[in-house]
Amino acid sequence: MADATQTGIGPRPVDWTSEEIGARVRRRKASEMRLKMVGLAAIGFAFLMLAILMVSLIATGWQAMTQTHVRIDVTYDPALINEANPARSNFRQMLQNSLVAQVPGATAEDGRALLGILSNAAQFTMRDRLLADPSLVGRTVTLNVPASDPYDLLNKGLIDHETPEELRRVKDNEIAFFGALAAQGRVTKPLNTTLLTSADSRFPELAGLRGALTGSFYALLTCFLLSFPIGIGAAIYLEEFAPKNKASDFIEVNINNLAAVPSVVFGLLGLAVFLNWLGLPRSAPFVGGMVLALMTLPTIIIATRAALKAVPASIREAALGVGASRQQVVFHHVVPLAMPGILTGTIIGLAQALGQTAPLLLIGMNAFVTAAPATPFDPATALPTQIFIWADSPERGFVSRTSAAILVLLGFLVLMNGLAIFLRNKFERKW
Amino acid sequence: MNDMRIAERTVGTNAAKISARGVQVYYGETHALKDVDVDILDRTVTAFIGPSGCGKSTFLRCLNRMNDTVAIARVEGTILLDGQDIYDKRIDPVQLRAKVGMVFQKPNPFPKSIYDNVAYGPKIHGLTRNKGELDEIVESSLRKAALWNEVKGRLNDPGTGLSGGQQQRLCIARAVATSPEVLLMDEPCSALDPIATAQVEELIDELRENYAVVIVTHSMQQAARVSQRTAFFHLGNLVEYGETGQIFTNPKDTRTESYITGRIG
Ligand SMILES: Nc1ncnc2c1ncn2[C@@H]1O[C@H](COP(=O)(O)OP(=O)(O)O)[C@@H](O)[C@H]1O
Ligand SMILES: [Mg+2]
Repeated sequence: MADATQTGIGPRPVDWTSEEIGARVRRRKASEMRLKMVGLAAIGFAFLMLAILMVSLIATGWQAMTQTHVRIDVTYDPALINEANPARSNFRQMLQNSLVAQVPGATAEDGRALLGILSNAAQFTMRDRLLADPSLVGRTVTLNVPASDPYDLLNKGLIDHETPEELRRVKDNEIAFFGALAAQGRVTKPLNTTLLTSADSRFPELAGLRGALTGSFYALLTCFLLSFPIGIGAAIYLEEFAPKNKASDFIEVNINNLAAVPSVVFGLLGLAVFLNWLGLPRSAPFVGGMVLALMTLPTIIIATRAALKAVPASIREAALGVGASRQQVVFHHVVPLAMPGILTGTIIGLAQALGQTAPLLLIGMNAFVTAAPATPFDPATALPTQIFIWADSPERGFVSRTSAAILVLLGFLVLMNGLAIFLRNKFERKW
Repeated sequence: MNDMRIAERTVGTNAAKISARGVQVYYGETHALKDVDVDILDRTVTAFIGPSGCGKSTFLRCLNRMNDTVAIARVEGTILLDGQDIYDKRIDPVQLRAKVGMVFQKPNPFPKSIYDNVAYGPKIHGLTRNKGELDEIVESSLRKAALWNEVKGRLNDPGTGLSGGQQQRLCIARAVATSPEVLLMDEPCSALDPIATAQVEELIDELRENYAVVIVTHSMQQAARVSQRTAFFHLGNLVEYGETGQIFTNPKDTRTESYITGRIG
């Protein structure tokens, strides 16, 4: 046994059971343990931050998932109808009168305060109903209209009753009126579909993301249609056909530099070239998409080149060996095999583009537009610029809506990245 | 190995299919192949042997102008295929590669179906007029590669799903499908197990009936088993070229003798 542990070819015999060797093993294990702990701590920290972000977004954002509605019976009072132009009838007065009649203990003086319970949209809803059906004059109809922002907050318990009355947005008597309506079962809190079906509005209860979603869609579509073919074309040429010389090295270096240029610079470029020089319309998703395409191009080119490089040389040789031309090698074999990588890179590039704010601000896609754009050339906002606008709005109702909009944006990003991962796994190939 | 049995040499009088004269190859500054003169006979298996890095693959890749795809490679000298200089300006290297088929060291089927692997060459060269003719070419190519019986029921399965030996025979079928006159094989068995190697060697012997076959090998036993003529390369020089039996039993050059007896390489 002594022989087995005390052999060696060095100047001294090696004793694998010695205290010195044991201490070395313990030190190695301790250092491995430390590294593992540091790694776990880093991951834990990252997850904690992510959790804090998500929790805070959801905690404020979920309030925007519902919207308080008030159901009232209004009478189209013939005395207040404008015969010549029914659209210009005094709907506010009709609403006031109906509210005064329906809220117990309210007098005509409370009319204005009562009207404040309803969203500004109520009178337009009345108008539209009348225009659609002129026979309503003299009749009473039931309207289910959004409550205005302060009452929506009140209904959601976001108004602190301890605040002194003069500092509160809803006074004691108004709380009582609203309570009376609620007691009659006229107050409901349905899902806030407005958030997705309406465009922007000055009134939080009427504001939605439709315009921003459409704007982002058109911008991304433009971005994709421009950057995908151009990016792939450039990458295929550079990787497969371009002679390797100083000029192509120079182009390569500059494409990599382009990928690192801050997005606001692309915005300035878009402003100078597309708006001022070419005279394209301001705030248009088409122009936004063009600017985003400039930013996405380097990402797509770099991803495509990496995907093309990853196709093994043996496949190229095989094709050349049976007499395929270089072009046939590239388009019959290399590009199809690189496609999953190309698509993954493109989707990641588009996801980046979807979240870009600065370049869109510079070309005016933070305009206040209350209708979704019908074409890519109409003024619009995009999701990130809409978030920017809402975050800047003083109305408290926009606080939860901003969070909700961020959640929608994050949802799309997760969806796109998920698609990229799915494609990568589905087409992953083992050579 | 005792299996130094020399393949019977029934042929020796065939006409030269390829004759190379004064071939030099440079990779940038490296002079990889120095002044090689060789006549490769039709319907004969010619083996290139020699230590690693001596230029066997380099010379093989000159014969179908595969070196054209290496940017830094430069080829000098003349190589005649049936009396026609293949480095002549009027020769289209792409078409040449259909006429001089190549099989590589590592089986490299396309990640497509077995059928498409074989059909690809005939398709891009427009060798068939309809699906029936293409089916015919695919079948006869697979038969020539001794693979038909193993795959006839699953032509639509991916070629990459076959075993290593089957993949290599699929690659041979793919090369044969464009009706080449010469088949170049660069160490076609080095990635295969002994049983698959034996099958491919048997196949090579059959292919000799229709093609001039050139095979690079680092296994002298293999050269002895399958070839009728052997060329020994050393440090970019063609040291000795002759009938396989003579090279193995009675080498003229001392370097050949050293290599054969295992003293260099
Ligand atoms: N693409 C290449 N670029 C540069 N040098 C090469 C290239 N291919 C081969 N060589 C060089 O040419 C010499 C011969 O190589 P090769 O023909 O592959 O040898 P073998 O096939 O006999 O092992 C080697 O020194 C090798 O380093
Ligand atoms: Mg080699």
